[in-house]
Amino acid sequence: MIVDAVSGLLLVAGGLFCVTGAVGLVRFPDLYTRLHAVGVGDTLGAFLVLGGLFVLAAGGEHGFVTAALHGEGLAGMEHGLIVGFKLISTLFFMWVSGTTACHALAKAAHLSGLEPWQAPADAPTEGDTP
Amino acid sequence: MSLAFATGAILVSLGLALVRAVRGPTVFDRILAVNAAGTFTVLLICVHGFLVGRPDFLDLALVYALMNFIGTIAVLNYLHGAVHDPADTPDATVEAP
Repeated sequence: MIVDAVSGLLLVAGGLFCVTGAVGLVRFPDLYTRLHAVGVGDTLGAFLVLGGLFVLAAGGEHGFVTAALHGEGLAGMEHGLIVGFKLISTLFFMWVSGTTACHALAKAAHLSGLEPWQAPADAPTEGDTP
Repeated sequence: MSLAFATGAILVSLGLALVRAVRGPTVFDRILAVNAAGTFTVLLICVHGFLVGRPDFLDLALVYALMNFIGTIAVLNYLHGAVHDPADTPDATVEAP
């Protein structure tokens, strides 16, 4: 019960963060602001989604914590442990590679002469972006 | 239920990322959008594996994450040193240095 609640909360929050990053990718005015939206939103979204799945892998029907509580020993825990390890590996690699790719992209764009977007001088200080 | 919601949210994000990949305007925007779409695909594969009760799909997600990163770096390396041509993308704010 509590496993479903925690994993559901993490999954829903992760999905919302993914949508937030994608909306920022569409709506923001230039590359550098879009990089911010995607780089930040994706990293947190991936953490929340994969964290929710890890909770399922630990305490779910075939989870390793469930198997351990039922006294099934290492053989019963094997499947859940492998799934959890794969989830952690995926998350670790996405954290390392996503930020590195965003940094490389920003550097390449800067070196090729892409100027950051600036608000027009006569624009109001509050309000929407173009 | 929450797995289905997460799947739907990730699918919506994937569609929005592809919108940015089509609209551009600079080549870097397209690379960023494709990279984000790859990230969303990795998450989609993971969640879908749990949704249908077969977490074995996580292997594919891991390989897809590796390929996504290597692909992004390869395209950026290919573009390295190339002066961006504003004529390619009329809307871009890029000027040749």
